Amino acid sequence: MIIMKRLKNIILSALFTAFAFTSVNAQDVAEGEQIFKNNCGACHNTSDEALVGPGLKGIQQRRSVDWIVKWVHNPQAVIASGDKYAVELYNKYNKAQMTAYPNYTEGQIKSVLAYIDAQAAPPAAAAGAAPVAGGSAAPAGETNGGMMQYILLGLLGVMVLVLVALLSIVTSLSKLANSDAVTESGEKVSFLTKLADSGKKIAGNGAFKTGAALLVTLLIGKATIDAAYGIGMHQGYAPKQPIAFSHKLHAGEYQINCNYCHTGVYRGKGANVPSANICMNCHNVIKRESPEIQKVYKAIEKDEPIEWVRVHNLPDLAYFNHAQHTNVGGLECKSCHGEIEKMEVVEQRSSLTMGWCIDCHRKTNVNSEGNAYYDKLVEVHNKDNREPLKVQNIGGLECSKCHY
Amino acid sequence: MENTKKRYWRGIEELKNEPDFVKNAHREFGDAPSADAKGGEIFDGTDSNRRDFLKVLGFGVSAVSLAACQAPVKNTIPYLNKPDDVEPTIANWYASTYIDGGDCSPILVKTREGRPVKIEGNGVFNTALSARVHASLLSLYDNEKLKSPQIAGKPADWKAVDGEIMAGLAKIAAAGGQIRIVSNTIVSPTTKKVIGDFISKYPTAKHITYDANSLSGLITANGGILPNYNFANAKTIVSVGADFLGTWISPAIFSSQWAKNRKLDSSKEGNKQMSRHYQFETIMSTTGANADYRATYKPSQEGLVVAALYNAVAAKVGGTTISSPAVKVENIEKAATDLVASKGASLVVSGSNDAEVQKVVVAINSLLGAYGSTITSGSSLNYRQGDDASMSSFISEVKSGQVGAVIFYNANPVYNHPKGAELGEALSKVALTISTNDRADETGILCKYNTPDSHYLESWNDAEPQSGTYSFSQPTISTIFLTRQAQSSLLKWAGQNADYAAYLAANWSSKLSGGYSAWSKALNDGVVQMTPSSSFNVPQTGLQDAIASIAKNYKSSDKLELAIYEKVGMGTGSQANNPWLQEFPEPVSKACWANYATVSLATAKKLGLAQEVELDTLEVEVSIDGKSVKLPFLVQPGQADDTVAIAIGYGRTKAGKSADGVGVNIYPFASFVNGNISFSNVGNVQVKATGEQAQIARTQTHNTVMAREAVVQETVLSEYQKNVKAGRYEPTILTAEGKKSAMDVSLWNGHKYNNHHWGMVIDLNSCTGCGSCVVSCTSENNVPVVGRQEVINRREMHWLRIDRYYSSDAQAEDLSGLEKASANPEVVFQPMLCQHCNNAPCETVCPVLATTHSTEGLNQMTYNRCIGTRYCANNCPYKVRRFNWFRYFQTDDFDFNLNNDLGRMVLNPDVTVRSRGVMEKCSFCVQRIQAGKLEAKKEKRRPKDGEIITACAQSCPTNAITFGDKNDPESAISKILAIEKEGRAFGVIEEINVSPNISYLVKVRNKDRAAVKEEAKVEHKEHS
Repeated sequence: MIIMKRLKNIILSALFTAFAFTSVNAQDVAEGEQIFKNNCGACHNTSDEALVGPGLKGIQQRRSVDWIVKWVHNPQAVIASGDKYAVELYNKYNKAQMTAYPNYTEGQIKSVLAYIDAQAAPPAAAAGAAPVAGGSAAPAGETNGGMMQYILLGLLGVMVLVLVALLSIVTSLSKLANSDAVTESGEKVSFLTKLADSGKKIAGNGAFKTGAALLVTLLIGKATIDAAYGIGMHQGYAPKQPIAFSHKLHAGEYQINCNYCHTGVYRGKGANVPSANICMNCHNVIKRESPEIQKVYKAIEKDEPIEWVRVHNLPDLAYFNHAQHTNVGGLECKSCHGEIEKMEVVEQRSSLTMGWCIDCHRKTNVNSEGNAYYDKLVEVHNKDNREPLKVQNIGGLECSKCHY
Repeated sequence: MENTKKRYWRGIEELKNEPDFVKNAHREFGDAPSADAKGGEIFDGTDSNRRDFLKVLGFGVSAVSLAACQAPVKNTIPYLNKPDDVEPTIANWYASTYIDGGDCSPILVKTREGRPVKIEGNGVFNTALSARVHASLLSLYDNEKLKSPQIAGKPADWKAVDGEIMAGLAKIAAAGGQIRIVSNTIVSPTTKKVIGDFISKYPTAKHITYDANSLSGLITANGGILPNYNFANAKTIVSVGADFLGTWISPAIFSSQWAKNRKLDSSKEGNKQMSRHYQFETIMSTTGANADYRATYKPSQEGLVVAALYNAVAAKVGGTTISSPAVKVENIEKAATDLVASKGASLVVSGSNDAEVQKVVVAINSLLGAYGSTITSGSSLNYRQGDDASMSSFISEVKSGQVGAVIFYNANPVYNHPKGAELGEALSKVALTISTNDRADETGILCKYNTPDSHYLESWNDAEPQSGTYSFSQPTISTIFLTRQAQSSLLKWAGQNADYAAYLAANWSSKLSGGYSAWSKALNDGVVQMTPSSSFNVPQTGLQDAIASIAKNYKSSDKLELAIYEKVGMGTGSQANNPWLQEFPEPVSKACWANYATVSLATAKKLGLAQEVELDTLEVEVSIDGKSVKLPFLVQPGQADDTVAIAIGYGRTKAGKSADGVGVNIYPFASFVNGNISFSNVGNVQVKATGEQAQIARTQTHNTVMAREAVVQETVLSEYQKNVKAGRYEPTILTAEGKKSAMDVSLWNGHKYNNHHWGMVIDLNSCTGCGSCVVSCTSENNVPVVGRQEVINRREMHWLRIDRYYSSDAQAEDLSGLEKASANPEVVFQPMLCQHCNNAPCETVCPVLATTHSTEGLNQMTYNRCIGTRYCANNCPYKVRRFNWFRYFQTDDFDFNLNNDLGRMVLNPDVTVRSRGVMEKCSFCVQRIQAGKLEAKKEKRRPKDGEIITACAQSCPTNAITFGDKNDPESAISKILAIEKEGRAFGVIEEINVSPNISYLVKVRNKDRAAVKEEAKVEHKEHS
């Protein structure tokens, strides 16, 4: 017991020191991660593996911070200045220009470097440094049909039980009747005939007929309602796209941040399908010969935009804003879109019905941590509630939040 | 404190309680239309039978099953190369400038996905915009503009057109032929430079400027410029026929200045002084409706009123009086006394276009020390520069065949000049005729070459609305049709590089210190202030001659006279094909979709015209010396007797579907006085009924107040100074616990607002009824246009209307006096929109919970849930709910902007377009509230006051509307309500305690009526 207690203490203090150690830079690292994933990750790895550009592990040992800042702000100028390292790098990577990021401050670049170092450091520290995922979003709710199905299954079970009970009563009753018949005629009726007889009797039974008719009506009704609910619902919709773009490859294997291509996802109402120039950031160098990428080139040459097929369609009467959910609510993309990083062809994972929205608004806690907008609301709510503040408590179920 | 029991009436018919009026007054939507009215019976349900039902049912079932089979494939098409600063679904704002003839305003343009969807004022300068500016957005998407240049009515390409025009010009120039450029006022200095370049290339060219609503005389009298009036400095304002709050020079900016001196504050130290405004006029204008004192004169007396005012003022300040014919018009002496009393802070303005009259006005202002205080010295306004004399001589030149080539630079004189018809006939004598008008209008159709100019939202430009203040335009959309800026055309024809954008940039880069980067910044800000170059001297006037001329030209008579006026919405008719403006109800008459002949009640009786009832009236024929027009008549209280008034801007023939054949063109009836156009005619005016019935589409008598008191509350300044609650009506209810305020008795538990509590305060004292908010709301909220017939059917869709109440001068105790219509009534404007009641009567009657209350105090309307029972509209005491009787988009019966792809571009993508069969109403711009909250949340803070604002509040030139969060103690609305709760704030129909979230502030008139009232009270006491 004592040993256990000690062990616990040791573990706790170890964890604490680890946390204290890493928390100094936690903010920087988090900021760095954000910047890295949105901008650098498409071409660079944090390991020493080369992607489009070199892997960045240990970059601080190779180059001075000053040099890196200069390079990030304007790589062209550094190459033009005849810097030996820069020219070598340029030649080594097929003379591909790195995009300049003149707007990032030195502090921000240092944050990125801190993030790269944190990634390279032993996993324990890295785990500690990883930012806490914002929002305590509940996983996407099941489809609203789920509960209904269970109820119906249950009802069916009860029906079957009733049927069995009825059958057994009828059987025992006919046994009684038959036992008289046997004593009279002395003949033994075969089991099959008996069964057929009882079947006929049951079929002739008024109560049974009514029951069966009711059952059939209910089943048809249920099927109709299900079908009617399904109108306009396209869960599982996975249309063929004009270009066989693979999210599995880009988001899954290469772990390119969603925001890199879907530029509006934290800022606007729409996440936005990326414009062709975003593809060109990488593909003017990588895999130029692929027939799918050739389609992008052709579109640009002909000045004809690519007509992607919309997968997620909301009716005009519903207003949905990505920024509210991703940026403010801190939801992960996959909460609604499913595991995009595993999809070769994107499909609609959630039902996108109003019931589905409402369900989530009922369950989800408001991501109020550190957001001054919610401070007073949380305070007022906590005064007479033990439950945490949920979206429904701040009007998340009101009509005019989505319909106007 | 007590209920004034003053009686308000919305129209003569309401006051007189005609049987027809009473019959209809209770019905919000009027009669169901007859079978031949728009739409089939099957759709409006008035005359459908079982078969129709089965048809619809059958169609519905098959449509649903078809829809279930396969969802239509929707594409999403991203940019190929996305511009850096455009992010789909995020709005971009650009500074630009509204320019329509001489009218111009610095604006901010909201664009979504590359198309302009809303116009707001540019805060750097002055955010005040008129209804016309808000509506000009829709003119951009006008499908009936020219889609390419034309040669003799046939589409051509620019190269061919340029080739022919340049050859033609060269030929005429070589032969020494005269070339004329005819334009309205040009406020753009760089455009003037372009015209200068053109003239130096073709030295026989001359630039003629005229204005449809000319101020030529005012300019002449002030030494060639328009004085820069500043109403904000004026304690006493006297206007003789100048509708400066509605149409005169720059009404939106004047309104904002005027309103600065009308703001009162009920706190102890608060401001309890306001300006006093006298109006002398013929028609009942918006300005007159807002004046403290108002008197009428006939057009033939205008000069005499000004002369009499001069003499009255001169006598008081010791100036030289000059004898002039006597004129019997009320209040002149009183106005003069007040003007002199506030010497140095007094202002006299006149709407006259007679230079001699304006010279006298200048003399009065000099006597009063207005220059340097209420008239800014050292700066001028540039909104009007037209010269009537040179236009008249141009027309005679054309008639005598002396002109070889004419370029109509965005000018339509054939329509909007009194001598337009003569010009139109004579144009065939001109060898080369070119029009840069945006459409083949009345003038353009007569020209050989039509080289359409781009809309101002597609253009580069600059403007100098007042000397030293420059405002810039940049395109907010690339040209929709194959149009080219007229400046580029002129440059091209002058043999220069036809790139006006580069010309403009070069011009400003050299003018601004800081070169091209300063120019970029100027474009970004939209406005640049520089020290004005022109100095301004108080003009010296030949006063003696002026008054002699007045005595000669103005002679009082008892004959019928014609007054011509400009409507607040329609203006000169340049935007006549704009359905938003056509459906915009004139602030005073509340009529739309046509012009009409207004007469006073006494004159109507004299002419033997039967009183019109509601919308039904008689057609009359107005004729002068052989010219005649037929149009409906309308009784307008407050108009001068023995006058008939008709508005310009209507009767277009070549403007487009919405404008053609709507109303009559009255420009040809204007007369000339001292060589200038006079918007009146004192000739042999005849008015007689044709015997035909006619209808006027008016929003006026709809949604009556049902004789409920406490809708409008008002008082006079002296009483307000004594008691800040003067004029308030505070209903009490007798309960078991004694008398209680009506607001303390409720069946409801009330709502708890933890987060925001949105509310609005509307100051009736500042509201001028200009209607800027009405069009702004239409634009923001995708409010459909329903057309003339549907307005007559009482089905207009405006979410925000401005109620106008006339009142009677009689005392509350004088019961028979209250029945009598005053010849010169007081007027109150009251913006009426959904009051977002906390105890909303509509919410309790909706059977499907389509209208509900939000946790932020909004009364929500959910279109997709509404099944159209209209119970809510029936139960709404304010009658602010609007029902979609038809599908107003993509329907040929409503062939307005929503019936074509281009016109629909104006729709706000954040607001649903409502379909047939659902109710709609003001949402407090919930889309803006949501967007503002989201911005704040993204930045992890609370929204700042003023950041979230409704379209109406944002567009109000006088800041009469304050919108904000009542839960935020620092917000403007909370501060106003904290003070005015025990002062001027009241809720409309408070006694039914629906607890509206909109409060109104009592209107206070700067009138001396207190004494009379006291007397009446004493008498009353003696009687009882």
